[in-house]
Amino acid sequence: MSPKRIVLRFGTDISVKPIVYRLVKDFDLVVNIVKADVNPKKEGTMILEVTGDQSENGLNYLRELGVSVQNLNQEIIRNEEKCVMCGACTGICPTGALYMERPSMEVRFDGDQCVFCQLCVKVCPMWAMEVRL
Amino acid sequence: MSVEKTYAEINSKIREGKAVVVTAEELITLVEEKGLSKAAQEVDVVTTGTFAPMCSSGAFLSFGHTKPRMKMQKVWLNGVSAYTGIAAVDAYIGATEMHEDDPLNSNYPGEFRYGGGHVIADLVARKPVKLKALAYGTDCYPRRNLETTITLDDINEAILFNPRNCYQNYNCAVNLTNRTIYTYMGMIKPQMGNANYSTSGQLSPLLKDPHFKTIGVGTKIFLGGGIGYVAWNGTQHFPSMIDVDGKELGSAGGTLALTGDLKQMSPRWLVGTSYLGYGATLSVGVGIPIPILNEEIARYAAKKDEELFAPIVDYGEAYPSFTPGNLGYVSYADLKSGKIIVNGKEVPTAPLSSMPRAREIAATLKGWIQKGDFQLTEPVKTLPSPADGFIAHSIKED
Repeated sequence: MSPKRIVLRFGTDISVKPIVYRLVKDFDLVVNIVKADVNPKKEGTMILEVTGDQSENGLNYLRELGVSVQNLNQEIIRNEEKCVMCGACTGICPTGALYMERPSMEVRFDGDQCVFCQLCVKVCPMWAMEVRL
Repeated sequence: MSVEKTYAEINSKIREGKAVVVTAEELITLVEEKGLSKAAQEVDVVTTGTFAPMCSSGAFLSFGHTKPRMKMQKVWLNGVSAYTGIAAVDAYIGATEMHEDDPLNSNYPGEFRYGGGHVIADLVARKPVKLKALAYGTDCYPRRNLETTITLDDINEAILFNPRNCYQNYNCAVNLTNRTIYTYMGMIKPQMGNANYSTSGQLSPLLKDPHFKTIGVGTKIFLGGGIGYVAWNGTQHFPSMIDVDGKELGSAGGTLALTGDLKQMSPRWLVGTSYLGYGATLSVGVGIPIPILNEEIARYAAKKDEELFAPIVDYGEAYPSFTPGNLGYVSYADLKSGKIIVNGKEVPTAPLSSMPRAREIAATLKGWIQKGDFQLTEPVKTLPSPADGFIAHSIKED
């Protein structure tokens, strides 16, 4: 069985709850945490690889708690033709995946840091950030 | 002895391929190495550049006559309305006009995917554009409607005419409210979550000639990848020097009206632009050469990011309500560093104006001048300068 890649987004109320433990204990899932940004003072993000027969039940449990669950069968791509390297995206990217190199002031995109929030897709004035399935 | 040069002398050197041309950033380095006097003597021309969204842009299009003739009363290009109350087959497509079916901000924040700026960008990219026109019909112009496809090469004239471009300096936008706002300065997060600014600082044309000593009516420039000219001062041209406690923090408020033949411009330098929750516009590439006629002109052209300042303005409350004042000034060096301190809080910054593109423009213009292809024009009329003390008025309401 191939693992399911998912992105979890949750509020500060969830940050203090042992949700990964529950996935393992109650739903017998194999969970690999690919990336996690959990801070009790701000919105948290987690990218998981989940394997197990009860994976849908586990994800439903998370949804009932108020966790946003997004399937990760897509990625964010920068269209190099359209990007003019203005930098408008760098101020809103929550993880610093989009950042400015100094002193050249060229915009760089580190896909490994991206948590697929898609804010850049909406904010880019040139529509240079694209969602690929 | 201080140096004095004329336009004729500089142009003669350009024609001979002997002119010393540097970008504004290169001039800064040169002044640091050799001192101002030596740099002013050596350098003939300094090139500047900026690439950013520039509202108050648009193009006059003259389509050519139909058979039978038609006096167009309403015109749409790819569904975007153009103003045709000028003449029978002339229209002006404005950068911020939206597509007729755009939902605007009804589903806030709206996406504003296609507007007049995008039409201009499509035309200059040689893409086919749908032209629709309606008319009431006259004895001399009987035709009442038209639907066809045009390209930039099909139509008789296309003249980019931007009534206000090249803002000398601009606000650094923050948001003091508790909600995210969507502005022409981009998305600004609540409680000063981020700060956006939009000039190229030490490369920005009008920051390098704050008293309008060389940039005036008729100045030949890089516009949209081709040749353009300064047509007049821009609208809302209120140049001033920022002076805080007797310290000069650079200049602000000047603008330029720019024009040029759209047919020789390039899609790399005219890009349709959308701001979430705000609207559409056109990003324009502009480069202006500054002749180093004397040391004073060199001194201003050599101003660096550390010596140029932007006012910090709250776009959550103060800007929309037209409340005067600001939250202080911040240097372009600090803005470009990626964070600034406002009211004791560290705020991440991001530009809306592309520095890599601004550098490319300054370098391109430098190349044109070095090759002898591009000579400088002495203004046929100077523009109002800070000394003229022009002051903006707001609309009087009954």
